[in-house]
Amino acid sequence: MSKHTFSIGGVHPHDSKISRECAIQPLPIAPTVYISVAQHIGAPSVPCVAVGDKVKVGQVIAQPGGFVGAFIHSSVSGTVKSIAPRADLAGRPSTHIEIAVEGDEWVDTIDRSETLVTAIPDDPKAIIDKVRLGGVVGLGGATFPTHVKLSPPPGSKCERVIINGCECEPYLTSDFRTLLEKGEQVVVGAVLLQKAMGGVPCTIAIEENKPEAIAHIREVIAKLGYKDMDVMVMKMMYPQGGEKQLIDAVMHRQVGSGALPISVGAVVQNVATALAVYDAVQKNKPIVDNSVTVTGECFPKQANLLVRVGTPLQYIIDFLGGIPADAAKVISGGPMMGRAIANLQAATVKGTGALLFLTEKQTRRAPETNCIRCGKCADACPMGLEPFLLNKLSKAQDWDACEANAAQDCIECGCCLYSCPAQIPLLDNIRVGKGAVLGAIRARAAAAKAAAEAAKK
Amino acid sequence: MSKLLVSPSPHIHSKVSTKSLMLDVVIALIPAVICSVVFYGWQELLVLGVSVASCVLLEWAITKYMLKQPSTIGDWSAVITGILLALNVPYTTPWWVIFIGAVVAIGVAKMTFGGLGQNIWNPALVGRVFLLVSFPTYMTTWNQPQGLFGVDAVSGPTPLGAIQEGLLQGASVQDLTAAYNYKDLLFANLGGSAGEVCALALLAGFVYLCCRKVIKPWITLSIFATVALTSLIFWSVDPTRFTDPLFNLLTGGLILGACFMATDYVTSPMSLWGGVIFGVGIGFLTMMIRYFGSYPEGVSFAILIMNSVVPLLNMWFKQKKFGRK
Amino acid sequence: MNAFIWTIAVVTVLGLLLALVLYLVAQRFKVEEDPRIDEVEKAMPGANCGGCGFAGCRAFAEAAVKAPNLDNNYCPVGGNDTMAKVAAILGYEVKAKAPMVAVVRCNGTCEARPKVNEYDGYASCYVKSLLYTGDTGCAYGCLGCGDCVAACQFGALSMDPVTGLPVVDQEKCTACGACTKACPKRIIELRPMGPRGMREFVSCVNKEKGPVAKKACANACIGCGICAKTCTHEAITVEGNVAYIDPAKCKLCRECEAMCPTGAIHGVNFPKPLDKDAVKERIKVRQQKAKEAAEAAKAAEAAKAAAEPVKKEATNE
Repeated sequence: MSKHTFSIGGVHPHDSKISRECAIQPLPIAPTVYISVAQHIGAPSVPCVAVGDKVKVGQVIAQPGGFVGAFIHSSVSGTVKSIAPRADLAGRPSTHIEIAVEGDEWVDTIDRSETLVTAIPDDPKAIIDKVRLGGVVGLGGATFPTHVKLSPPPGSKCERVIINGCECEPYLTSDFRTLLEKGEQVVVGAVLLQKAMGGVPCTIAIEENKPEAIAHIREVIAKLGYKDMDVMVMKMMYPQGGEKQLIDAVMHRQVGSGALPISVGAVVQNVATALAVYDAVQKNKPIVDNSVTVTGECFPKQANLLVRVGTPLQYIIDFLGGIPADAAKVISGGPMMGRAIANLQAATVKGTGALLFLTEKQTRRAPETNCIRCGKCADACPMGLEPFLLNKLSKAQDWDACEANAAQDCIECGCCLYSCPAQIPLLDNIRVGKGAVLGAIRARAAAAKAAAEAAKK
Repeated sequence: MSKLLVSPSPHIHSKVSTKSLMLDVVIALIPAVICSVVFYGWQELLVLGVSVASCVLLEWAITKYMLKQPSTIGDWSAVITGILLALNVPYTTPWWVIFIGAVVAIGVAKMTFGGLGQNIWNPALVGRVFLLVSFPTYMTTWNQPQGLFGVDAVSGPTPLGAIQEGLLQGASVQDLTAAYNYKDLLFANLGGSAGEVCALALLAGFVYLCCRKVIKPWITLSIFATVALTSLIFWSVDPTRFTDPLFNLLTGGLILGACFMATDYVTSPMSLWGGVIFGVGIGFLTMMIRYFGSYPEGVSFAILIMNSVVPLLNMWFKQKKFGRK
Repeated sequence: MNAFIWTIAVVTVLGLLLALVLYLVAQRFKVEEDPRIDEVEKAMPGANCGGCGFAGCRAFAEAAVKAPNLDNNYCPVGGNDTMAKVAAILGYEVKAKAPMVAVVRCNGTCEARPKVNEYDGYASCYVKSLLYTGDTGCAYGCLGCGDCVAACQFGALSMDPVTGLPVVDQEKCTACGACTKACPKRIIELRPMGPRGMREFVSCVNKEKGPVAKKACANACIGCGICAKTCTHEAITVEGNVAYIDPAKCKLCRECEAMCPTGAIHGVNFPKPLDKDAVKERIKVRQQKAKEAAEAAKAAEAAKAAAEPVKKEATNE
């Protein structure tokens, strides 16, 4: 079995997939859910319900706030209690719609049966529209609205759909369980994506540490008789599931700085997103729930849960027996790119893929010492950057030099900090430089646009 | 559960730390240390002890009393400097000369620049070269080794020194090298500074470092290749004036230098091609000094010279950035 | 001897030749520049801090020489003395400005504002603020990593290890404003130094509603508005649940400070400590009097209204 991987850098953290044997089980619905209107990249959605309204599961409660935006549906049935600012994971207030749960009544149009619908709509536009109406966003972490990704700008052409089943982050197993348990749906979702992009071939990329999933998906593809679809076995290497890295590994094409994957003819969708596409198109079911891995060596009850969007994190944790005494950090997402949670009262969003508990020993940073110029960060960087240099430039606030050394290309995968023997907080500082450079690039673009318009007049 | 920790990602860290890397280097040096003690006896142990102790003590004192910073001796880098310095001097060197070497290595070459990671030149080599030019008598006197278990050893100058001397007196290289057989060179049966004597022990350490992925082999291999190639060319032109490749690879501090000093993180380039150029430079300069210089041995000088161009090599040879050009 | 003379001769000739070359080249590439730029630059403090809004002292000097007046060019570091010198060189008039000082508007000490989580990233307020709202319950207050201290070129800021808050040394502070820009929470404000350094300010920028703010920090401004009601000079406004004292209007009477229920209002450099009870008593008496006066006025008004027809009649008589 030949294994594929990206061409530059990468690290090998222990994969720690300790919850891999836990089947996905539905979490009982919380008494109250808080659904954020800003749970995707782009403009926040605009609430279209009022306090006191009765809502059903799957009912639209917020409209997209712009082209890059998404519908938000109620994940429960009940009464809207309030529409008010509430602290998110980081403690920052953003508008949440609070719904008091009453029963579990779904919108009639949603097909809740288990039957697999393999009939593919003829019109790609219809597929994309249903994806849009289903509020589907990229569930791999970035939560970019999927219908926007499926509507490439004029002049660019998609040549291959890649379904990202790498799940290269340690600990996470929700995509693996989805592949095993909902393999048929994921494959049909992939076919829908192929159709939406104009009948291009499709590759389902899965890391070698999930042999069961690889075998199962191969079986499903053979059973359903799809020709233009293959499973590619990826080498176990972080960040194999990074969009640019995956395209490099699968198609041997590198997406340029600041460019979109479509510029090299690729559209990458996560496994969970493919499932959401299937649900939205074939079953009329918008995103109202998603699977969340709850794990960590110190956490006694490993689980993969199907959680309604907007469930308070504390409710999930309490359901599994509360925070263990020796847990020092709770992370939303994986240990490499996830976000440490400061506020356990925060609610889940569509993109919440995992809750990870780490002990003090596992996660506390050791004191920073001198750089020994070993170059391990540069070896590890999958974007071919020089983190030690960017760290220095960023601290000196030399934004021009940061840009010249491509700080804006950083994908924040964390490989540099992970591998630094001197524990220098490389990524912490590079993020600052990246932000400043991206700001400068945007300002330049805006100025150029304004100048062009002025010249037109 | 006390307060939750919050930090930017990533939240886990590889097990590699500066200390673990340095410890690996120390472990890699152990065969050579044992070898040299067996070969030279307790006196060598004294040299090692004085060197390591003074390096560590000096670093501790400088950080505590002069820089008023937290001590950095916990990272074990001073221990490595101490061992390398000891392996680079004859076992007969008096303790105070070694101490002066340690002062120069740690005090001047390392801490003046800001400690580990900031120095331009390899501290142990700076110390060694300082001693070589300041105390040439001590540094080039090679008395008959006593040997820990009475190992029978050859007396006299180092092979390279002997040949240089012999050439000046008009002898031919072939006659001079006939006195040495390569088995002796490989298994440490010759006069020389401790680190020059057991090639096999040093190579074992090098292999260990490569296997542990502490260092990448390209710098060392390019040095060996360049030395072999350069001496092959000269030797084929005139075997009576120039020594042969194998002799050059096995003598002097070449193996110690190539495996442990040239590969020092701080003073070597980071990128593959930077490293290769660095290695070629060292190999070539070593051979030039050996063949045409007034010193019989050139590895130390070659490495120090190439250390100076590392910033340039780091600037010129960068990894290709993803999706660019 | 001959060689000696030759050496001297050769070196001399060589020196002269090179001097000539240098001179010619310098002439050829000479840049015409207003000589006043150099003079102004010399008069500047030379800290190149950027407090004036220009890249450094030289840039300031260039701008000042070009500008038609000095209204938009002021060196906060050098202050009025420097500006008088600059004005003299350039022949402009200069308006004296009140000396300013940096003021830290957060009093969320470790004691008053307990930590609710522990930050474990790079010790920079900016990095911390990118990540989340901070390790205390207050999303507006000082993050305590000392970005302001690092930004200060004059050594005027230091972190108090007990309170965890920055402290301004007003003798060293030049009001260059670097700290106000460095603070991601914008809690440092430049305020007039005040007469003999006396100044009154609200040491909180928390925009949360009272109970939330109070829960996070015992010293928070809860936006209750008592200070604004107490102030007889209309110097205090309460906006977004936080009070602000306008230094231009404040008369340093310290009544607001005495009345503040959380101690969020600070007065510094006053010769005597504030006797809260006395001031409260004074205010009470005044308010009582005002109340009485108002009642009296009301009564008088009523009486007047009642008496009016009578009066009219009376006048008619």
